[in-house]
Amino acid sequence: MHRHTKVLSSAMGVAALLVSALVGTSSASAATSAPLAPYDAKHAGGTVTLVAQAAAGTLDPKVNYTAEFWQLYQATYDGLLTFSYGTGATTFQVVPDLAEALPATSNGGKTLTFRLRSGIKFSDGKPVTVADVKASFERIFKVSSPTAGSFYNGIVGADACLAKPATCKLDKGVVVDAAKNTVVINLKAADETILSKLAVPHAVINPASAPSKDAGTTIIPTTGAYMFKSYDPNKALVMVRNPYYKEWSHQAQPQGYPDQILYKFGITPTAQVTAVENNQANWGYDPIPADRLNEIGTKYASQVHVNPLTAMWYLPMNVNIAPFNNLKARQAVNYAIDRAAMVKIFGGTQLAGPVCSFLPPNFPGHVDFCGYTKGATPAKPAKAWTAPDLALAKQLVKESGTAGQAVGIVVSDDDVNKQMGVYLQSVLTSIGYKATVKPISGNIQFTYIQNTSNKVQISVTQWYQDYPAASDFLDVLLGCASFTPKSDSSINMSGYCNKALDAKMTKAKTLGLTDPVAANKMWGAIDQEVMADAPVAVVFTPKQLDFISSGTKNYLFSLQYKMFVSQIQVK
Amino acid sequence: MALKDSSEAIFSESPGKIALRILRKDKRSIISLSILGVIVFLSFMAPVFSHFIADTNPFESTLNATINVHGVETAVLQPSTTGLGLGVTPIGPTWNIRSYFLGADGQGRDVMARLLYGGRSTLIIGTTAGLLCIFFSLLIGIVAGYRRGWIDAVLSRILDIIWAFPVYLLAISLSVVLLTSGLTIGFIHLGPGSFALPILIIGVVYIPYVARPIRAQVLALREREFVRAAVGSGAKHSTIIFREILPNVMPSVIVFIPIIVSLSMLTESALSFLSIGVQPPAASWGTIINDGLALLYTRPIVGLAPGLMIVFTAAALNLYGDAVRDALDPKTRARGD
Repeated sequence: MHRHTKVLSSAMGVAALLVSALVGTSSASAATSAPLAPYDAKHAGGTVTLVAQAAAGTLDPKVNYTAEFWQLYQATYDGLLTFSYGTGATTFQVVPDLAEALPATSNGGKTLTFRLRSGIKFSDGKPVTVADVKASFERIFKVSSPTAGSFYNGIVGADACLAKPATCKLDKGVVVDAAKNTVVINLKAADETILSKLAVPHAVINPASAPSKDAGTTIIPTTGAYMFKSYDPNKALVMVRNPYYKEWSHQAQPQGYPDQILYKFGITPTAQVTAVENNQANWGYDPIPADRLNEIGTKYASQVHVNPLTAMWYLPMNVNIAPFNNLKARQAVNYAIDRAAMVKIFGGTQLAGPVCSFLPPNFPGHVDFCGYTKGATPAKPAKAWTAPDLALAKQLVKESGTAGQAVGIVVSDDDVNKQMGVYLQSVLTSIGYKATVKPISGNIQFTYIQNTSNKVQISVTQWYQDYPAASDFLDVLLGCASFTPKSDSSINMSGYCNKALDAKMTKAKTLGLTDPVAANKMWGAIDQEVMADAPVAVVFTPKQLDFISSGTKNYLFSLQYKMFVSQIQVK
Repeated sequence: MALKDSSEAIFSESPGKIALRILRKDKRSIISLSILGVIVFLSFMAPVFSHFIADTNPFESTLNATINVHGVETAVLQPSTTGLGLGVTPIGPTWNIRSYFLGADGQGRDVMARLLYGGRSTLIIGTTAGLLCIFFSLLIGIVAGYRRGWIDAVLSRILDIIWAFPVYLLAISLSVVLLTSGLTIGFIHLGPGSFALPILIIGVVYIPYVARPIRAQVLALREREFVRAAVGSGAKHSTIIFREILPNVMPSVIVFIPIIVSLSMLTESALSFLSIGVQPPAASWGTIINDGLALLYTRPIVGLAPGLMIVFTAAALNLYGDAVRDALDPKTRARGD
């Protein structure tokens, strides 16, 4: 998922594979894997103040696809399943939430049976019923949730719902029994990542009476520890305790500490830092400005938390138009870019690490390899990136016959992205292209670079995991099905479609149902094959930096949703 | 006796010569022209400075470069070594003219070299846009004011439409649209990175502010006796315009020049600051201020230096504009100032 549209999940099987790798890599936060500590009532109360430059749009949990609000949904909305509270890799675990237990599977993994917990009420006092569950799944399609076609298209009846969202009925896909309080989800085919997909906010349970279109700023009743009291995207979002909430699972939806969570908008990133320094806010959403990093890393070191992310910054190259329809031209870019230099632009080695494999380090299927570093080739890769090879890059450009061609680099117009673009312009010019930087508004850049009509040759973008499965990177970003010409929703920005590799990816997904280890090995091999084709240049994996005020206690980081806002203590 | 000599001198000289003589004695004029001269000279020496003095390419990123500062090899971009080691800070001013005199920016480029190149861009765009604006304003103002009737009505309404938009809003809107794919007029194509685009945009948005006063002046001149006499004597329109109208409008136009150039320069800087003027890696004072914005806490000089250059240049132009206005004003001359 893109930076502003990030987050998500884990398949339980693969989560364990991440444990050793993801814990203990933060410089200033405790990321050991552990369940959530018991609730300590003496710290309850007070107001937590969060600040951000802008609101994240609609408050509808089935439509919103941003890290900013998904972070809040964990304390407000619940699905049948969710990601666990806790620390470290525990937060990648899918646990039962409104369902009593994880589903019983049958029919070769195609049928999932849940039993709904009794006695849970929405924040308007109405009880949660299986009818709400069915309506909620139908609502995914009715509101055209951004993941309706990718996460939930495997539910029986989804095709008709995708074709005619307004009249969506999942009578065969989601079968409920009010007497037994059960929900049966029927899939067209077994899906190795279905539990993760059911644990994300787009699958939360809303009242059946929720509007069948994007609710926008209208508040939908919640089931979690908090409910939304008011929302003005230009001013603030206020969350207060849900009067009907009673803790049913400390792992899934624990009681929160603050009485109120106030999210203020319109605060610039540098003002956010100042507000946190002065204890006027507990935490700021936006990345810390580069020129404040040293200040907070020295004066306020104890208030800084750096945590690993399974994400990447990368440069998609359009393989269907010149000059990057030429393999050597794409490989030249991979050899030429100084990943260490780009890490510097991002904030230094404490906040990012150079890579050139598609799957991030410590991710299922990741293999340590780099075919585009000095002294290595895709056929004889090194273990890790060490230095660029400008001479080889220039030679490849010459051999490709593309030297002297114009190349436009499309970047988002925020400072870091623009600096990346300026650096790339310098590099591409040095290897023989007539490169120009085209900074465009961050609000449209992500969709602009997806649309082939815009003839984007190369761009700078980011991808954050939706769930810890290799398919969420390789298949989602480079699969043939992800390429839709002339569409703003064509996440395969390179337009790369390799049928042979596509078949291998399908095979790896199937293998993942029965043998995750073998499947991940296969994904690792696919990664190397993809990178030999170089449809993208992977640059680095970023880390999450949280800066909290001195009065903020009990900072806990979720690998899925970042900081747990409901667990912050201000008393 | 002295008064008589002076009066004789005044009446025997053309207004232009009188103005020049006054300007030569005017301290404001001398100071402002000196400042402008230094700035223009330094800016146009940018390639010489970069190539022969600082030996640097101000358009090339050098994120991993090192330089020798007082015998110590120092990284141009310095990773933090204190606390948690967060962040990377560009080297500050070395005050050594041959090496990062004003320090480096976020791309490891020499700020001094970029400042000079930036000055060149800002001055070229500001001056060209200002002159373009003056030229078209003069043309429109004279044609509308002299021809009157439907030509005046059409031109005036066009000016009204442009005037209806706030200058910066119009400039930003045009820039955003044109910078995406450039501008094509017939066989002429102006690329998104071309200087011609900001020149054209800035030149256009200020036309009403100059054209309307000129038109009003021409309308008044049209009714003056000497113009009527020329019309009555059967002089051609072109003769009337060039011999009777234009010489009387020129003092106003000359006064407008420094003001409009100053405004154009400020507008260019503002657009470039907003990333919709001069495009990277080219530099203008506006783009350097934008670069400096991200370094405000650690290297304020990156933003401060071009800001000061803009202030000095704009102030000098405005000061010179005042001096020119006074020099061309008959009332001022009559006072013997």
